[in-house]
Amino acid sequence: MESKEIIIEVDNLVKKFGQFVANDNLTFKVYKGEIFGFLGANGAGKTTAIRIMSGLLEPTSGKINVAGFNAYTQRDLIKANIGYMSQKFSLYDDLTVKENIRFFGGIYGLYGKVLKARIDELLSDLKMTEFKNDLISSLPLGWKQRLSFSVAMIHKPVIIFLDEPTGGVDPITRRSFWEMIHQVASQGTTVFVTTHYMDEAEYCDRVTIMVDGRIEALDSPANLKKTFNASSMDEVFVMLARKAKSA
Amino acid sequence: MRAILFIIQKEFLQIFRNKTMLPIIFMLPIIQLLILANAATFEMKNINLSVVDYDNTNRSREVISHFEASHFYTIIPTEQSVDKALELVHANRADLVLVIPNGFQKDLDNSKTPKVQLLVNSINGTAASLANAYTSSILMSYTRSIFIGKIGPSMIKPSSITTQTNYWYNPELKYSHFMVPGILVVLVTIIGMFLTALNLVREKEIGTIEQINVTPIKRYQFIIGKLVPFWIIAVFELAFGLIVGKILFDIPINGSLLLLFSFAGVYLVLALGSGLLLSSISSSQQQVMFLAFFFIIVFVLMSGIFTSTESMPTWAKTFNRMNPLYYFMKVNRMVLIKGSNLSDIKDSFISVAVLAVTMLSFAILRYRKTS
Repeated sequence: MESKEIIIEVDNLVKKFGQFVANDNLTFKVYKGEIFGFLGANGAGKTTAIRIMSGLLEPTSGKINVAGFNAYTQRDLIKANIGYMSQKFSLYDDLTVKENIRFFGGIYGLYGKVLKARIDELLSDLKMTEFKNDLISSLPLGWKQRLSFSVAMIHKPVIIFLDEPTGGVDPITRRSFWEMIHQVASQGTTVFVTTHYMDEAEYCDRVTIMVDGRIEALDSPANLKKTFNASSMDEVFVMLARKAKSA
Repeated sequence: MRAILFIIQKEFLQIFRNKTMLPIIFMLPIIQLLILANAATFEMKNINLSVVDYDNTNRSREVISHFEASHFYTIIPTEQSVDKALELVHANRADLVLVIPNGFQKDLDNSKTPKVQLLVNSINGTAASLANAYTSSILMSYTRSIFIGKIGPSMIKPSSITTQTNYWYNPELKYSHFMVPGILVVLVTIIGMFLTALNLVREKEIGTIEQINVTPIKRYQFIIGKLVPFWIIAVFELAFGLIVGKILFDIPINGSLLLLFSFAGVYLVLALGSGLLLSSISSSQQQVMFLAFFFIIVFVLMSGIFTSTESMPTWAKTFNRMNPLYYFMKVNRMVLIKGSNLSDIKDSFISVAVLAVTMLSFAILRYRKTS
């Protein structure tokens, strides 16, 4: 954060589905190496925004620059430089741990010794080396989520987008998941994470609170609490979310 | 390019880990060939004949015994009444009623022309005219035998034109030799097209496709990676089906297998490409099944598997120019039964190649990594 190098720049992003405005003039900057939280109730437009930045969804209008590439014309270059973990678990249940890692590594262009070394590295980081030949379907949810995260990091992207990565997992797994997030952030990877757990907001360097497709607040957790005269992020969020039409 | 290999590797892992897949690949051709090649036949083997014999003489019984001697006929016992016999036809227990009138023997012995009546159940026109033709020829041979018996063979002068028929390519007129190559075409098409289509849509349903779409993989790499495994399976299926057909039905393999498999290889790009195209416009396995089923039914019935495409109306012939199965149905039979060579099937080959390239391009273009 010292360098304040901008890695994601979004200017007046609008996304409409027919008449419905999912993202209403979003403007924000994300700096290299920070953990940037996207908070909001279900349906606030977090997933839409994250999918647009990842090149999975076409924006309606606005200027979007991710890792130095244009989200309209350079999607494949963006994709080569980012990792993405969907809120829906999306590894192959009928493949083993190792087969899943190898497959996605191969798709990202790794092969041979480099791929093999990277698989071993990820397996040992995850402490799953002895389970590498187990089918994904036999793993507990928490393990699956950590594995998804590692697979999204296999090509060492500069930004990782995590869409509600801790949905449905127990508090202990959530904590170890956030340890993984802090670890990659400390190595210089920018982390863009959506969540609706307010305690997780405290782990972010800066957070954005989205209500009805708009950004209602954007600052560090400490500053937000000061501004809204609240004792926790939960209070800040409730204060802002009350204004929502859909709540 | 390597990304394609990783997709192929992954698909094969998943295919062979799926416990229903191997039975589908190996049992389906055997069962289909056994059932269809034996059951779906136009040959008349069991004509149920009801004879109403008003004459009840030696001559009339001779006629009946001629029919009994033929293995095509089953004589249904009938009371001596046309009405009763027609009741049997109504109940679907008789296909034919032969009425021999009183005075049959007398007419025959007095060199008059005796008349018999034939009542044919013609719900199925093709079957009816076949039955009529068989029956007439038996009656004809009977009258001739009487004629010869009376005047002696030496007196017969060959005054009429006789036809010397040579049945080419399928001299024993074996229906299975015609049907097995046709069924093989349907089989490899269904296996290839359905497996490909379902596979891609399944990734949409479970959400794994999103994890692929967020990678920098090129669209053509993904589509080709999805096509190749099922292409290999379908080619294998054709080879397996040919072996089964050879063993069970002794089907002829008169042409070059290299030519047949080259054509099949191009054809399968077309068939599987259309499966991929259907799946890229569908969002669930149910949807793609309905779509694929609809097209397959139309294409199979138009393909000429049962009926001659030459007798189809002009619009149908025009339609068939876009029907992949029409080409493969024709070429498979030509190469296997007739032993046709490349120049014989050149036009079909070109058409299928053009369609295949077009279909594959559509499938690649229609596949979207960004929605």
